[in-house]
Parts: sequence; structure tokens; C-alpha cells
Amino acid sequence: MTHLDDLESQSIYLMREAFYGFEKPAMLWSMGKDSNVLLWLAKKAFCGHMPFPVVHIDTTYEFPEMIEFRTWAKEHYGLDLAIWTNLEARARGIGYETTDPVTVTHELKTVALQQCLAAYKFDALITGIRRDEDSTRAKERYFSPRNAEFEWDYKDQPPEFWNHFTTESGPGEHVRVQPLLDWTEIDIWRYLEREKVPLPGMYFSRNGQRYRSLGCMPITKPVRSNAMTIADIVEELKVTKVSERSGRAQDHHERNAMQKLRAKGFM
Amino acid sequence: MRPLSETALSPQSPDAPRPAPDAPAAQPRGADHLYLVVVGHVDHGKSTLIGRLLFDTHSVPDGKAERIEAACKAEGMEFEYAFLLDALLEEQAQNITMDTTRVPFRTARRSFTIIDAPGHKEFLKNMITGAASADAAILIVDAEAGLREQTRRHCFLLSLLGLRQIVVAVNKMDLVDYGPDVFDRIRSELGEFLGRLGVEPAHFVPISARHGEGLIRHSDRMPWYRGPTLLEALEKFRANPPASGGPLRLSVQDVYRFDARRIIAGFVESGSVSVGDPIEFLPGGKRSRVKSIESWPPQTPAPGGPVGSERAVAVTLEDELFVERGQIGALPGDRPYEARTFTARVFWIHDEPLRSGELLPLKLGTQQAEARVLGIQRTLDAVTLETGAGTTGEVKCHEVAEIRMRVRKPIAFDVGGKVPSLGRFVLMRGRRIGGGGVIDSVVEEPSDGAGISIVSRSAILGHRGCIVWMTGLSGSGKTTLAHALEQRLLNAGILASVLDGDILRAGLSRNLGFTAEDRGENIRRAAELAIHLAQAGVVVAAAFISPYRADRAMAAERAKQRGIPFAEIFVNTPLAECERRDPKQLYKKARAGLIKDFTGIDSPYEAPLSPDLEVRTDREAADDSIERLMQLTLGLARPAEQAGEGADI
Repeated sequence: MTHLDDLESQSIYLMREAFYGFEKPAMLWSMGKDSNVLLWLAKKAFCGHMPFPVVHIDTTYEFPEMIEFRTWAKEHYGLDLAIWTNLEARARGIGYETTDPVTVTHELKTVALQQCLAAYKFDALITGIRRDEDSTRAKERYFSPRNAEFEWDYKDQPPEFWNHFTTESGPGEHVRVQPLLDWTEIDIWRYLEREKVPLPGMYFSRNGQRYRSLGCMPITKPVRSNAMTIADIVEELKVTKVSERSGRAQDHHERNAMQKLRAKGFM
Repeated sequence: MRPLSETALSPQSPDAPRPAPDAPAAQPRGADHLYLVVVGHVDHGKSTLIGRLLFDTHSVPDGKAERIEAACKAEGMEFEYAFLLDALLEEQAQNITMDTTRVPFRTARRSFTIIDAPGHKEFLKNMITGAASADAAILIVDAEAGLREQTRRHCFLLSLLGLRQIVVAVNKMDLVDYGPDVFDRIRSELGEFLGRLGVEPAHFVPISARHGEGLIRHSDRMPWYRGPTLLEALEKFRANPPASGGPLRLSVQDVYRFDARRIIAGFVESGSVSVGDPIEFLPGGKRSRVKSIESWPPQTPAPGGPVGSERAVAVTLEDELFVERGQIGALPGDRPYEARTFTARVFWIHDEPLRSGELLPLKLGTQQAEARVLGIQRTLDAVTLETGAGTTGEVKCHEVAEIRMRVRKPIAFDVGGKVPSLGRFVLMRGRRIGGGGVIDSVVEEPSDGAGISIVSRSAILGHRGCIVWMTGLSGSGKTTLAHALEQRLLNAGILASVLDGDILRAGLSRNLGFTAEDRGENIRRAAELAIHLAQAGVVVAAAFISPYRADRAMAAERAKQRGIPFAEIFVNTPLAECERRDPKQLYKKARAGLIKDFTGIDSPYEAPLSPDLEVRTDREAADDSIERLMQLTLGLARPAEQAGEGADI
């Protein structure tokens, strides 16, 4: 049994716990690599079925190629896909053209998610965040409660051990279920390769550049890379010391930007 | 159109050819991946040690060290390795690690994930959260400060959590001039403490995390130390043995009915499952065979190759069994226990104490059941290892105790480390985990015919039913004593009832006379009624002449069979005194020949050979007799309070 098998089994276990424990769970899907691993694991967990809706928070700043992938994947996997946009904020003129990236991220992702949750009354959100992405995410639990205001009380998190989790939420609250917490970026790529998981092409090198992490178009920058295959990417990651989300501007807009975003409900 | 990369080798469709299994990039990190927890008293240098390990093994992403360097410079501080880890602003302000973090790093020989366990007392729940999932631990001790409260408490919890691979890092050796004396003293003191917990550390390693001495290189400053460096010690540890190898234990998570089939989704806690295997589900014991192991995407597995995920499996059975979440699938020949009552060692991490008698949800594997704390045998001070003197009937936050528990419905579990994950449980306090425990032994326990526990009734009442059987001559004072006892018990909030000859003979035994045979039958009926009342939780004060030893022995034996405590009280009032009292004028009638077969006159009385209590109403004050009787009865009805122990069933 390999490390990837271990991770896969654990993630499937967590996802099944979420499906059993909550009345109305949903899975967040950004079409990114982690999201696609999550989707793949869900299909495995439920023997080819997707027993809950998949939610995409569409900021309206998505790469066209990602939207194309979304359309393809919805069909390919047979997803019950809910797409949500914070139209109110867009109507107010909130956008990268006019506003700072932290505010835009908050409005178009976090607030949008709040609206979506209120509309659909989901009580659990299965997300694809990993501990190694960011130091604040390192402190996450597999089952992480959020209050009605979406706040994450990271100073007083419930204990979680021996495969026992918080699987109840009060009115208006929800629990973030995070089956990929223990995966690293390299694990993700090795798994994508092993399982032949379909992926958007933007992760691979074109003209000496590729995207390592994908977000909104105006604030996501490619990295220099000649990695054309997953094997190339894995080799590249073995030696790189550049952090994964370095191309995501909202994380670095100000000191502790990520922490502030996350305390307010960002993934 | 498939929006995939146009580059040659990247298409990731399920039908694309798989790479050769030995393609280098597909090599997993290996099952040898070690989860490592770092514990120890606050300020003894855990975060600095981790920061240094990451830095020295080149595991820090570019930019992170520079960012912290800039931040330190801005504050006019020396570079702080701990800040590599303590990324949150509040932590930097308070200098304590607030929560469990996980950081991967690797050496040429193996890969690790460090679970940083905080040392601040209030964050013990996080330390447990971290340590419970680790394979090995670094216990860090400040050379200058020595063993502190948290050092000892963490040792205790590591042993309770079952962590046996421990390396002790004696840190801050720079503060004691890298001398061997302090190191030797800590080694002997801590070694002795850990020995009492049954833990033997693999190594004691002297280090200075701040200066990088003894971590990945042998230190020139400590030539007297001949053992391995910290990293060498870590590389020797074993990752947890994989699931296969032990007996099959399949925890049922859910049953899916996406189509006509019932698919059992389960987690292989130990062993492995194959098509055709016989399988039995506990509790319950229903049996079938594994018909299929489901997988997605559909594939033709290589012969003998793995199918689907190896531990999170989905199976169908040959028979239509009603299997549900919580059951454990096992091979019929090697099953887990199925029981309701057990003893356990627990640790408590909730502000509201765990109380004797309380009912709370217990989770073990995927099973959940309401569990009653029958008794708290003893609390242990994790710091001194002293047993709590008596018990307060509760386990406070951060305390450890030996308790006895009973679940409302049978659960399946393993004991003695056979399958560790099924020998431990958590107790819920509301939505949160309040504490955890490890099952030590199964307790056999009687139940009444309907399977309802005597103990669960007693838990509701706060005491349990029992029989205090008073025997003696007519007029010896049995009924008077019984009523006095009943009143005392009721005053103390204990449900009690008197049963005597007059009551029986007025109704239940109306058809009986006073022959030896009829007396035997009368006692049999009295005993059955008393047992039934006691099973319902009543303390029965039974007052019967019951002159024959055999009849009384039969009553005691019947009670014992049903799990009812029974005490025999000899109300030893001499015949002359009884005859003098003669409250019902019965002796007079017997002497006159108006009553036949009267005990003491023309029918024998066989005195008890070894009564639990002998009362002499002719010699001692009535209050004294009742007091002795009361104490004995309380010992039966409320054993925990009397003996300072849990209910002894």
C-alpha cells in the first residue's frame, strides 16, 4: 500500500463521513487541479455516482478555457452543477478594474458563497484545500465548523482525533469538510498522473509558461516553466522553492492578507 | 471538444494508456512516510526545533525565510526559526504555538510530516489532536529548566495514546555550556518517569535547536555524546504498520442503494477483504460472503491486483442482509468482542467535568451509542502519577481516570491493542469531543430476562436494588427493624420497601399453611417477589422468620443468579425475650396448642451460620442496630460512595 493509496483511502473515508453526517452537503469545485482530484475521489467514494450538488462560485473573471472545461466536465461526470455569482456586487461595480484584489476576492468569492449557502441551505461544504498551500490552512481540521457569519474560530477549534469529527452544525452554520488536507502539491500531481484525471490544459507549459495555481484572470500569473507533462511538473516541484500560490495576487496584497480573508470565510 | 492540453503527453483521459508502473515520477513517497509529533513544555523550543529542521533540510519554500527575516529585522530581532512555523500574527505576538500544524519535510532517506503540538496548557486538546495521528514523537526538554508539568503530562498522554516510538531531545544545551552533567541528570529522571508509564525512549539526544547542534550533524561541542543525531534517530523509526496483517475489521460507514443493489461502504481498519470471503457483521452476528468489491472507474483488475481503494472499500454481499452503519465486518473465526460494559482509561479535555452516572454519546469506529459512566475507579494525576485519594465522582479537564462504562446497546470492539483503532473511543460533550478512552477489559454483567440492565435502572435512580433479608424468631423485631430501615432509606432518597410474612400471607401465599413444605414455598415466593422489586431498583427490606437454612440459601442463590446483592441479617433475639414481648399473642396461643408448627415451640429454627450482620435488639439500643443495618444497606445500594470505587457489578 502506497502513500497515495493511504491518502486516497483517507479522503474517501472523510467524504463518506460527510455524506452520512450531513443533511445537505455540497462540493465546491473551481475546475483547478485539487478540485478535480476531489471530484475524482467523490466518484470513487460513491461508486461512480455524485450524490450531492457541485458548486462553482463564478467571479465572472474566469479564464475562458476553464469555463470550457467546466462545460465539458459537467457533461462528462454527470454533475448536478450549481453556478453562483455575486451579481449584486458586480452591479455595484465591484471588480478588479476598480477595487483592490482582497476586497474583490471577499465580495466575489466569500460573499458569493454566503449567498449561495443561504439560497441552497447547504449544511456542509466539501472543499479541496490542502495544509501545505498556506500556513493558515495548515491549522485546519478535516471537519471545520463555520458560524452563521462564516467566521472560522481558529483559536478554539474542536478537537479531532481517531477519525472522529464534528458532524453537526447549528442553524445557519456549516461545516467545511476538507478531505485533501494531508495532500501536498506533489501528491496531487502524482495522483492526477496515476489516475489519469482530466485537467484543464493551462497547467502545462505553452511558450515557456504554465499556471501552477489557477484563480481569477486579472490576478493570476503564470510561472516560467517548460513542464509539458505531469512527470515534468513533478520533477519541477522537487527542486522549486517558490511557493505554490505566489502567482495569486490577493494572497500577497498586504501582510496577513490570506489570514484576514480566511477568518472572514474564504477557503 | 475536450479542453485538454495540446501538448503531447498530458492528455489525462481515463482511456489513455497508463504509464509503466515503474515510471520514476509515479513513484510514491512510500508507505514509509512518518508522521511525527513534537511535544513538550511551553517555551522548551518546539517551534524553534521544527523551524531549524525545516531550514537545515532545505524544506522551506523560497521567500518564506526571507519574509520572516525582513519581519524580524523590522522589529529589531535576531532571526527566529520558530517564526517559520508560527505564521499567524497572534502567535508571533504571544510566542506560543496556537494550534496543530502539519509540515512535510524530507531527507535523503525518508519523508516526514511534522505535526507541531502546542505546549501551552490550554491547548492540550490540540496536542492530543496532533499526537493521536502520529507514528512517533520528539519529546523536547529544556536542559536548563528540566522536567516541567507539561513534560510529564505529555509523556502520560503519549503512553495513553499508544505512542511508543519516542526520542527525547534535550534542548538548549548551549545554555548549560554543552556539558554532560545536566544531560545525564535529565536522562535518568525522565527515563525513570517514562519507565513507570511503560515507555522506553529510543534515544536521548542533546541538542541546541537555535544553533543547529546535534540535529542533522554530530556536534563538535558535545564530543562526549556518542549516540545518533536527532535526524538519525528519527530515520530509524517505523511508520505505522499498514492495515493488512491483522484480523479483518471492516467498519461499516454507510449502505448505498444507488441502484437495486445494496453497496456496503466501509473502512478496513485491519486485515484485508477479498471476493468470496465469509464475513460476519457484529453486533448481531449475521453472516454472508463477499460477492463483489466495487470500483470506479470501471476497470479490469490485473489478476491478484488491488481493486479500488484498499482501505475505503465498497462491497456487495451474496445474501440480502440488513447491515447498517456501525457494524463491524469480521471473519467468523476471529471476531471482535460484542458487549455493553467495559473498563477504560480516559482523558478528559472539556471544561465541564465527566461525571459518574452521566449518560453521553460514545463513538467507536463508526459506531455510536449512549454510554453511562457507571463509576470512576480512580483518577490519576498525570504529573505525579499519584492515584487520586478516593474519588470526587468526576474527571476534570486535563485529568486522566480509570472508569467503568456501559453502553445502552451492545457494541463491537477489540481490546489489548489487537486492533488499536477499534479499542478506543471518544465521548461527546454536545457537538464536541469531550475526551477519549482506551478500553482495557470487558465486564460480564447480568441482566434481567428482558435484557434490560439492572445497572441502567440504577443509573436513573442513583442507587441499585438489593435485598436485605432479616431472619429470626417471631417477635424478634424483624418487621420493626425493616420499617425503621425503610424510613431511613427513603429519607436518604433511596427507594425502599418492606416485605414481610403478613404481607405475603395476606395475598400471594394465602393458600399456604405452616408445614415445612409450605414454609419453603412461601419463602420461594417471597424471594421471587423481592428479586423482582430489587431488579426494578428497590431496596427490599425482607422480614421473614425463614427458619430453614436451605430456604434462605435458595433465596440468596436465586438473587445472586440475577445479579441482585443479597445480605442475610440474623435478628438474634433469644426465645425467652421474644416470648416475653409476644406482640401478637402468638406464643401464648402456640403454648396453648391453638397454633401448630410454631417456630421455636414445636417447629425448629436453624440459626444462620455466617450472617452478614447479627442484630441483638435485646442488648443494643434500637438506634445502634438500625445504624449498623443502614450502613450495610448503603454499601449494597450505593457501593461507589461507600467504598470509594465504581459500582462493582
